[in-house]
Amino acid sequence: MHWNVITNNFNYFLIGAYPEGPLGGLAMSILLALGGIFGAFWLGLVVGLLRISKSRTARIAALVYTEIIRGTPLLMVIFWFYFLAPIAFGHTLPEAESALIALIVFTSAYIAEIVRAGIESLPKGQSEAARGTGLSRYQAMRYVVLPQALFNMIPSFVNQFVSLTKDTSLAFIIGVNELTKAATQVNNRTLNAPTEIFITIAVLYFIICYVLTALSRRLEKRINRYQARDR
Amino acid sequence: MSYTVDFGLVLGEPYREWIMQGLGVTLQISAVSIVFSLLLGTIIAVFRLSRVKPLVWFSMAFTEFFRNTPLLVQIFFWYFGSYAVLPEVVNKWLYRQDFEFAAGVIALTVYTSAFIAEEIRSGVFAIPKTQLEASRACGLSFLQAMGYVILPQAFRIVIPPLISQFLNLIKNSSLVMTIGVMDLTYMARQIEAHTFHGFEAFTVATAIYLTISLIVSYTINLYNKRVLRVTSH
Repeated sequence: MHWNVITNNFNYFLIGAYPEGPLGGLAMSILLALGGIFGAFWLGLVVGLLRISKSRTARIAALVYTEIIRGTPLLMVIFWFYFLAPIAFGHTLPEAESALIALIVFTSAYIAEIVRAGIESLPKGQSEAARGTGLSRYQAMRYVVLPQALFNMIPSFVNQFVSLTKDTSLAFIIGVNELTKAATQVNNRTLNAPTEIFITIAVLYFIICYVLTALSRRLEKRINRYQARDR
Repeated sequence: MSYTVDFGLVLGEPYREWIMQGLGVTLQISAVSIVFSLLLGTIIAVFRLSRVKPLVWFSMAFTEFFRNTPLLVQIFFWYFGSYAVLPEVVNKWLYRQDFEFAAGVIALTVYTSAFIAEEIRSGVFAIPKTQLEASRACGLSFLQAMGYVILPQAFRIVIPPLISQFLNLIKNSSLVMTIGVMDLTYMARQIEAHTFHGFEAFTVATAIYLTISLIVSYTINLYNKRVLRVTSH
């Protein structure tokens, strides 16, 4: 085994060529994941609310959006945005931005479904009571329904965050300098330690994702206990 | 820079033929991986439910590890690094086959089986525990009780989530293009390289994936309504 390949390149796996060169490696993967979940949360929230809005057109538009995105492989979404950019803007976008947009759009469709299911699973009496006290539809949603629904959705969001962290590896395909790209670069340069390199990379991803998975499980238990207390 | 959108080019010969070939490979690698991942997933699930501690630990480690690492990294691992972990005989046999295809099948199978194992396990938990106790009391062994009593009932419940895992597998199979399997995604990229019309090529490929997905999810809904009589709201 050639574990010295790993020790020699470990910094490169973690932060890329930074600070002498551009940021890369695991740091870039984490940045993509954080940016992705932030963007996907807001976009998903909007699409999820449109899914249950009063307007039929908005409902159908949101349904078509989620069905198309969820029925398509992420890799396709990434390529598609990558080749759409020159048509839409007249020039190509930087790879990292292009990948980030694709990740946000892709994940938002799944978040939208979580949001819709979360709101629908809340007792209908909540919004009726809120409306009954004189709140507008918007106020009832904003102050009564959403705070409770979003709280219940936290474990699902964390699970989605795990998927997103794994999905950032696909940014490699269009040349973003993240962890998987760093691994293939080192692999192409050294050629004698592919097993060691990819096990190391897998373990790095695993540590982040497993911590998040464990966190989501604990949150789920706590939230279930919290709900049980109410009843 | 001006760009004219031209679907006629991508849908004409020879590119239509390329797309059909790619679709063929996608369906083929998906079908093979579905069969293997169902088998492996069931085995892992039964391990997890058994009373043999090492088997339980193994199956826990297996599902946690493969569910929490990216499929792409796993594909690269099996493609570039499998010779160091697989026995010599298996390696020799693999290299005589279409190695890219085989590595793709292994990666998709192992990754998906971790998810399938969890689905089957939760399906088994939905069967009342008395079922297992009653069949054990009748004199069946653990494996017999599983095979004849528990799993047949559990499978009926888990068919819809299993099918949606298979759908994920079909979508995930697009990643095998990275190791040179000439699937639908690979062909779309080839067409892009030949014509510089990436937008149209990927739109067509996306439409094909979407069609497959819609057919599969329509089938699940039908099954839910007809067989399980679950009404969606």
